[in-house]
Amino acid sequence: MEPPRPPAPPPPPAPHHDTRGFVRRYIFSTDHKVIGIQYIVTGLLMAIVGAALASLIRLQLGFPDQQWPLLSKLLPAGYQGGVMLPEFYLAVVTMHGTIMVFFFISYVLVSGFGNYLVPLQVGANDMAFPFLNMLSYWIAFLSAAVLIFSFFVTGGAAAAGWTAYPPLSALAAAVPGSQMGQTLWLLSMALFIASFTMSGLNIVATVLSVRAPGLSMMRLPLTVWSYFVSSILGLLAFPPLTAAAVMLLLDRHFGTSFFLPSGLIVANKLVPATGGSPLLWQHLFWFLGHPEVYVLQLPALGIACDIMPAFTRKPVFGYRASVYCLMAVGCLSMIVWGHHMFVSGMSPFSGEYFSLATMTITVPMTIFGVNMLASLWGAKLDLKSPMLFVCGVIALFGSGGLGGLFLGNATADMQLHDTYFVVGHFHMMIGGVTLLSTFAAIYFWFPKMFGRSMNETLAKAHFWLTFAPFFTIFFMQHFLGLQGAPRRYYAFTAYDYLRHTRGQNLVISLAAFLLVSSQFLFLINFVWSLVKGKVAASNPWRATTLEWTLPSPPPHGNFGTAPVVERWAYEYGVPAPEGDFATQTVPSAAVPVTA
Amino acid sequence: MLKKLEGSLVALLFAGTAIIGAWWGAHAWLPSLASRHGAGIDAMLKYLLLTTGVLFVTGYVVLAYFIWKGSRRDAIGKRFASRRTERLLAAGLGLTMAAVAEGGVLAIGMPVWSEYFDAAPTADAIEIEVTAQQFMWNVRYPGPDGVFGRTNPTLVDDTANPLGLDRSDPHGKDDVIALNDITVPFGRAVHVRLHSKDVIHSFFLPNFRVKQDAVPGMTPEVIFFPTQTGHFELACAELCGLAHYRMRGTFNVVSQKEFDEWLKKQQ
Repeated sequence: MEPPRPPAPPPPPAPHHDTRGFVRRYIFSTDHKVIGIQYIVTGLLMAIVGAALASLIRLQLGFPDQQWPLLSKLLPAGYQGGVMLPEFYLAVVTMHGTIMVFFFISYVLVSGFGNYLVPLQVGANDMAFPFLNMLSYWIAFLSAAVLIFSFFVTGGAAAAGWTAYPPLSALAAAVPGSQMGQTLWLLSMALFIASFTMSGLNIVATVLSVRAPGLSMMRLPLTVWSYFVSSILGLLAFPPLTAAAVMLLLDRHFGTSFFLPSGLIVANKLVPATGGSPLLWQHLFWFLGHPEVYVLQLPALGIACDIMPAFTRKPVFGYRASVYCLMAVGCLSMIVWGHHMFVSGMSPFSGEYFSLATMTITVPMTIFGVNMLASLWGAKLDLKSPMLFVCGVIALFGSGGLGGLFLGNATADMQLHDTYFVVGHFHMMIGGVTLLSTFAAIYFWFPKMFGRSMNETLAKAHFWLTFAPFFTIFFMQHFLGLQGAPRRYYAFTAYDYLRHTRGQNLVISLAAFLLVSSQFLFLINFVWSLVKGKVAASNPWRATTLEWTLPSPPPHGNFGTAPVVERWAYEYGVPAPEGDFATQTVPSAAVPVTA
Repeated sequence: MLKKLEGSLVALLFAGTAIIGAWWGAHAWLPSLASRHGAGIDAMLKYLLLTTGVLFVTGYVVLAYFIWKGSRRDAIGKRFASRRTERLLAAGLGLTMAAVAEGGVLAIGMPVWSEYFDAAPTADAIEIEVTAQQFMWNVRYPGPDGVFGRTNPTLVDDTANPLGLDRSDPHGKDDVIALNDITVPFGRAVHVRLHSKDVIHSFFLPNFRVKQDAVPGMTPEVIFFPTQTGHFELACAELCGLAHYRMRGTFNVVSQKEFDEWLKKQQ
């Protein structure tokens, strides 16, 4: 192993001295780096809540007959006589999904790293609209607070699933969570969407308008490309859900019937609604919901592609093809939402269309996946912790993607729809790919963010103890689905045909507890390294993108004068004065430009 | 040395994962099959399990090999693959996957999908109306006259008249009503008209490979042909509230004779 070379001294940043007080610099800050870190910390705190909820779910499913007197004391509203109440179970399931999708992955990976990385990697001093950016974070914070608050209202938190299908989510008498909890859920969603739209708008504007001189679109790192495409998708897909959320609020509180047909009888009472359609919600929801998974997924893939070369010491494979794939996936993701609705009562002819359209996504996604895998071809591999997590990303992307072939296929989906196969599949993709990519990103950029390095031994242990149980849990869930186990079941005890799955559920639960507890390795490492971590150099990984030309952590105002970009983001494996790589600002006279 | 060992271990992790995964997956199987179109669905699933299984194991082994090999290299191999290699790999594998995926849909999936949805009910099909509600399945047979009586939501009373039958309609007089228990004669197609009184439920017969959401305000229909007699389970597959997990029904396929006796007893 080569000793890390001393990095070239970074050009002295024109000191943009921030004379504002602590509050304006670190709390109501307009600095994209501070906002990015605020998002990341908020998201990680929400992840702790989400993981605790997951543990409660697995405790119930792994040990359906067990009593937990201690939990009755801790959560008296959710446990009676040591037994979890079904309404609490449903609230926990709903909130786990909502928190993990919208308040963990969206915050940490999309808004958090998006904010932190995009301006730095395009050589800008801040986002295009810094004030909007600050506003976006504080609305996001409010949205998370509203969601958490909803646990404490009458009836408890929303319990209609993260997809909130009406009439269950529309009628207070249908399930306890559809009282105040569902209203707060919708309110929280509306705030979230407002904030996410601002943040997406900012990323698109930043990429388009404040790139450093010389940084053409085809020289952008894949990270920036993926945030760019994902933000456009977010901007296009979220408004319909906003509309749907408002309509559902009107149905719930103001007597409209957008989603409620006539003749509904709930709790032995006729509901005075006429002429609405429950399917309308599903169309609106999934018109957002499907692009949304790519909003989360693409940045995870982009980040994985950009971390890799620092540890393979060669350029990514097929950069151009990967960029085109991102664009193609972005377009295709807008026209396939119906594959979530094959058995919903939608016309079977639409089912045939959505099947065929969905399958076309395999083409760009396969090419992208193969490019990731082929980037390891001929590599001089250094298995540092970020790289280990990237290997995990490639693996989960492969297995999760193959699972998609089952669910996108209407005929196969008839058996698998709403079973654990779906749960396993989406956890591999928007749970696993994004989670492992988030960890890779944190281990990789932590030195840049805080000027200190994380402990490598703990990080490696964290990888092993995350990947193995994660894969076990969600791989097994695919087959639980194949055996016909429906999702969102409080227990599998009522059915004879599911009795034999008890052992499998126990194994899954034990693996889940291992997964959750091993995250303490990460938390301890994170907090300890913040205070005591080894002081990091400005470019500890010998990487090429623009953020590594700045000191760690970069000063307020980043570059001062915009850097001049001379080359693409993957100049690895070239003879250069600094070693085998050239940052994007190294003049072409010093190191020849290869792309 | 340590670096090589670590490379080998990580490679082993991925290769091992794939092999153990494939082995375990081959052991977990679908509930026993009891319907005609279900054979097509099973064929679709088997095709997918086989093709994706091969791709899964191959992909993981390649990943493991790259990791193993890469951790042993002192210098990188060729920096860029040739354009030709890039294109070949991208086009080759992209199109292979597309062929596997689209081919499966077109060749195996679509015919089954059409068989299932385009099937017109045969003249002798047994017609049943299933009305889902929190947390039970109301089953109705049209009776000897073959016509379902009128219903009206304003007449519904959960204990006295759960379906809101209009007693003044002569067609309704002979309707047979059952709860959570569907009985059909063997040898005839089953034609189910689905309703829901309150929220969305899903009519899931795991053994028959039948799943259809029961959506309030709509009447989706399913037609299928049982190929086995016996007692099977009916589950709800769409989250419908507190007791969703035990909204259980039974689906009995019995001989025509037993069916006739059963029906007579109900009247």
